[in-house]
Amino acid sequence: MPGFALTLGVTLTVLSTVVLIPLSAVVIRSAGLGWEGFTAAALSERALAAYRLSFGAAFVAACVNGVFGLLTAWALVRYRFPGKALVNAVVDLPFALPTAVAGVALSALYAENGWLGAPLADLGVRAAFSELGVVIALTFIGLPFIVRTVEPVLRDLSREVEEAAASLGARWTQILVRVIWPALLPAWLTGFALAFARGVGEYGSVIFISSNLPFSTEIAPLLIVIQLEQYEYGAAAAIAVVMLAVSFLMLLVINGVQAWSRRYEG
Amino acid sequence: MASGWTKRGVLAGAAAGVAAPAVLRAQPRREPLTLLNVSYDPTRELYDDVNRAFAADWARRGGGPVTVRMSHGGSGKQARSVIDGLEADVVTLALADDIDEIAARTRALPAAWQSRLPANSTPYLSTIVLLVRAGNPKRIRDWGDLVRPGVEAVAPNPKTSGGARWIYLAAWGWAAKRLGGDARARDFVTELYGHVPVLDTGARGSTTSFAKRNVGDVLLTWENEAFLTQRELGGQFELVRPSLSILAEPPVALVDRTVDRRGTRAAAEAYLRFLYSPAAQALIAENFYRPRSAAVLARHRERFPNMEVFTIGNFGGWTAAHRAHFAEGAAFDRLLARARRG
Repeated sequence: MPGFALTLGVTLTVLSTVVLIPLSAVVIRSAGLGWEGFTAAALSERALAAYRLSFGAAFVAACVNGVFGLLTAWALVRYRFPGKALVNAVVDLPFALPTAVAGVALSALYAENGWLGAPLADLGVRAAFSELGVVIALTFIGLPFIVRTVEPVLRDLSREVEEAAASLGARWTQILVRVIWPALLPAWLTGFALAFARGVGEYGSVIFISSNLPFSTEIAPLLIVIQLEQYEYGAAAAIAVVMLAVSFLMLLVINGVQAWSRRYEG
Repeated sequence: MASGWTKRGVLAGAAAGVAAPAVLRAQPRREPLTLLNVSYDPTRELYDDVNRAFAADWARRGGGPVTVRMSHGGSGKQARSVIDGLEADVVTLALADDIDEIAARTRALPAAWQSRLPANSTPYLSTIVLLVRAGNPKRIRDWGDLVRPGVEAVAPNPKTSGGARWIYLAAWGWAAKRLGGDARARDFVTELYGHVPVLDTGARGSTTSFAKRNVGDVLLTWENEAFLTQRELGGQFELVRPSLSILAEPPVALVDRTVDRRGTRAAAEAYLRFLYSPAAQALIAENFYRPRSAAVLARHRERFPNMEVFTIGNFGGWTAAHRAHFAEGAAFDRLLARARRG
């Protein structure tokens, strides 16, 4: 194939300067701690609680988006309704909005005296300043990833396949589960992985809506910032290395599942 | 040969690059002089006023036009930005420890910076007070009331906020004196942070949580921030002065390396000296900071009543306080772990 050497060369160069070299600097920085220092910083009880929250909340948020993002994409592709263009534009807002603005808006909305927070508080649910608040923020910023990855695949799905299935006697649930869903799965997984990865790294919006309490509502990126504030560059890098490693593994697994789900495609 | 050509070109370019700044520096300055003041969070309003007054004063004394640019943020984060290369002509931070850190890590200013200006380089003072909701429904009068069942106290994180360190030490100092000894103080402060529902990263963040989001019964904060909150959201809050608090001394310093490189030493020094002038001291009092000047303070006695205070000296200075309380794995980290696990 012509152009292979050129494109691969450019790809590797850009990937190295933009991604790999900065990341290796993080690893080198953390290596300065030595093994004991590294485990003390990266695997402290507080750090473990922070990973649990960051990865857990990002996972829950990605699942929520997996359901509602899919529905949104479905509605946008399959139906015509007034204000569709507007809805279409609104979906992308979380991409464009500075995350701090999102955090401030969400915490005002979900605080106990906010529009949504007050009725929730009456039900005994504390939305802002809790783990739930973290999930809400991550759901907000992750939504467009699922919608925008599923949408084009859904649009290209030919109606004839569904009609053929129907003419062969398939019920609509069968069509949904056995015809449409398998075709969407790879794109959906990509969207899920993107939303999840974005959520793991999110900082700006979360610190406004979380109560930032160590051991309960402190996300790992905040712990990194806290380490930097006290000039513990090595410890900050150590936590970052753990986050990198876990994120990388999870993305690798998701990509693996995705490749497996595409196994029948040409 | 092509490679020779390129090499000579690069060398010539590099030589021009080295020579250019020297040429520029030799010319008389045309554009107005600018200074960068790297400060902490709640000083925005104060330095808005001070900078305007200084520019007028400097021009009047024949110094020419001068603009002071500001950078605000958490004190520790600001110090780190300067360490990482932010070109501050002067730093005006929440506590001496952050400027010590800059001096130790960059050698951009001498270790003895604090003795270069009057009054330990602190032209204004503040203290830590309690801000409660109108009518004081939980009847909070002093530090001891904060750990009663059902009381929630909002405070920022001492790891990320300078103000929060003063708050922590104020609580500790009160407990050490009134409850007797450091062991009792440790228990009290542990209990206190167990009553904190939201640990914001900065003093302004805590104010927002308490005042706008309706979180908690009492806000632990700077005296100046409490006044400002009352003015912005008048009538909803009451200021409670505890029986004993800490004298907060936010210091200012010249960053020698920057001013010598940029040729701004004279203006930057004048700027810091100006903070001690009667005009600036009046602005300081108007912006709710306690002025150093006894005359100005006397004019604002109603606003700044006498309070029983102790200083950072009770903790052996900032270096010792940092090591004992705020360093990784020190008292604050340990008590958080205890408070959370119950």
